[in-house]
Amino acid sequence: MAANTEKQSTNAFAAVGRDIAEIGTTFVRGDWKTKLSYLIFGFGPLMRGQIFKGLGYLILELLFIWYMIGFGGKYLSKFSTLGTVATQKVGRKTVYGDNSFMILLFGILTIIIIAAIILVWRMNIRENLREETALKEGKALASNKKFLASLLDENFDKTLLTLPCLGIFVFTVLPIIFMICVAFTNYDANHQSPTNLFTWVGLENFRNLFSFGSTGFAGTFLTVLSWTLIWAFFATFIDYFLGLAVAMLINKKGIKFKKLWRTILVLTIAVPQFVSLLYIMKMFASDGIVNAYLMKWGWITSPIPFWTDPTLAKITIIVVNIWVGIPYLMLIATGLLMNIPEDLYESARIDGANPFQMFWSITLPYMLFVTGPFLLTQFTNNLNNFNVIYLLTQGRPQSMKLTGNAGYTDLLVTWLYKMTVTDTNYKMAAVIGIMVFLVTAVVSLVVYNMLPSVKDEEGFQ
Amino acid sequence: MNDKKYASMSKRRAIGNAISYVLLILISIIWLFPFFGLIMQSFRSYSSEYGGMVNYIIPKKFSLDNYRFLLSGETNYLIWYKNTVIIAIIVAILQTIIVLCVSYALSRMRFKGRELLMRFWLILGMFPGFLTMICLYFLLKQFGLTQAGAVPGLILVYVASSGMGYYVCTGYFDTIPKALDEAARIDGATRARIFFEMIIPMSKPIIIYTALVAFMAPWCDYIFASYVAFGNDKSYNVAVAMTRWVWTNDYQGYFTRFCAGGILVAIPVTILFMALQKYYVEGVTGGAVKG
Repeated sequence: MAANTEKQSTNAFAAVGRDIAEIGTTFVRGDWKTKLSYLIFGFGPLMRGQIFKGLGYLILELLFIWYMIGFGGKYLSKFSTLGTVATQKVGRKTVYGDNSFMILLFGILTIIIIAAIILVWRMNIRENLREETALKEGKALASNKKFLASLLDENFDKTLLTLPCLGIFVFTVLPIIFMICVAFTNYDANHQSPTNLFTWVGLENFRNLFSFGSTGFAGTFLTVLSWTLIWAFFATFIDYFLGLAVAMLINKKGIKFKKLWRTILVLTIAVPQFVSLLYIMKMFASDGIVNAYLMKWGWITSPIPFWTDPTLAKITIIVVNIWVGIPYLMLIATGLLMNIPEDLYESARIDGANPFQMFWSITLPYMLFVTGPFLLTQFTNNLNNFNVIYLLTQGRPQSMKLTGNAGYTDLLVTWLYKMTVTDTNYKMAAVIGIMVFLVTAVVSLVVYNMLPSVKDEEGFQ
Repeated sequence: MNDKKYASMSKRRAIGNAISYVLLILISIIWLFPFFGLIMQSFRSYSSEYGGMVNYIIPKKFSLDNYRFLLSGETNYLIWYKNTVIIAIIVAILQTIIVLCVSYALSRMRFKGRELLMRFWLILGMFPGFLTMICLYFLLKQFGLTQAGAVPGLILVYVASSGMGYYVCTGYFDTIPKALDEAARIDGATRARIFFEMIIPMSKPIIIYTALVAFMAPWCDYIFASYVAFGNDKSYNVAVAMTRWVWTNDYQGYFTRFCAGGILVAIPVTILFMALQKYYVEGVTGGAVKG
């Protein structure tokens, strides 16, 4: 393993070396068109009649220069401090200084753009080399028309993926990098831009997360993290087994109105969650219908604190989630149960197996094998199951023992949400976000490699 | 002797079935109860029984008070409803187009960086969605797409990253034999023609599934919608507005109105879902097994 990575890294070095060598030799051996292309992107292709390619490179270079002079350079120069000139009040006028938020965001963008333009420059050199070699060998270059047509044929992938990738870059990649950087700054309620500056603080926020002092987050973090894991475990496996049981109940031979039963359950998926879950939340409230009837019947004298007692609230959430989860799993299990070969059961029956044994040695192993990866995604989805928790309790009951506005039913993600919206403690929100990522990534990696269907693809044939 | 054994077996089966029916009826009651309660409360008369919490399910007096209130224009309910419908329809269309494009490229074409791209997106997906909220808000604000412009802003946010949700659709495309593509290419068809004239017509179930899921998601979105539209009543979607009615204590009297509002939201979505249920099940099952 170690030797392997070493080999890979030396390979990477060799590749970089080859690349630099190619850049050099292309320049030395190239004609004047190629040489000029090192400065003016796409000059060679333009002179050789490759109008679209040449123009493309040239426009990218001009855009880059315009961006850097326009504002990229300005932000990049302040990136190391995130701004030094604070906003001040001069008399009645507010004189705006540096905006740390913009400096950070556009600083990141500028660094990425610079990396991208280097890549474009490299591609532009390779394009020159390719054209020159082709011309030397006496081949004609592809016509412009043919180049455009290739975008609908062998280069169709580029046409299809450009826009989606751009969207993901601007609305996912850039914000994520931005927030990772925020985790290393002191951006919070006291350092709100544009009125105040914020700046780099190194690992202080992470130290804060793991410190048990009066202002430290460690105690709360561990409470929330353990509940997040417990919740994800129960929400995934209870729903899975009960869903499987209900599916088998409906699929049982001799049961009529199968479609009716399924439709009743599926209603839960169809009705938007905020409607059904908010109503259920009210049902179990202290003045809700459940407590009201229990009191009317004289079973209890004071309302059961379904949402206000920490332990009871957790149990209620898991139970309500069964109501949410079973229909979904019932649908999946129904389809899969039909795939189990009937003769497996037939031969088991001849051997005298009872229904429970058949379930234990045929149905369950088959289901676990087939749905292994699905169970894993269910688990990671539940780690981040915002809707159920937020609509039912908003993370309550809250406690003075927990910092950062956290409550006893808060998951890491709902805590993160509260920190962003209620506390505007962005730096800690960013740290929690990174933690969520780490938990998800570790769980996924470890479990994925343990799955039987991954280890042994031919297993259940 | 044999007859007796048969009789005992069928008797046992009958008992087993009876238990199963009892269980199923019990399950049905539990699953339907919240909806029953919701419907009953929505018809409670506001003028005689007020709109707060009560300790009975069946209203003493049925009336359409709550529905009349919603439709009267006293609140922005109709605007919220309109916002949600517009968002849902546009998102469903655009997201389906993007998912189809990405899935075709990933399933059918082999290009440099394909594996890398897929792995990169997988890792991106492990970051919690609201982590990026502040940054997105700022980006949208730069283009005037928050508060008053929240509707187009939300559409942009929902659609922009939808390319990452390609799993189910790519899995479906993978089941269409590649030999069909190769035959068409030998006949001179371009990749684009294969996509538009062969793959898309064969993919009706997965198109409907993708559009249905994309259509239903905005109805439930509270997080981004409330953040982006913050403080601008006219830009809310139904989920944000209704959630506020329930959560804010000043709105105690709005409980039955929330029920009525919820019913009005649930009816079209539920009908649509039930009508297209077959495709949903197909997509969900396929996706689950593929992983």
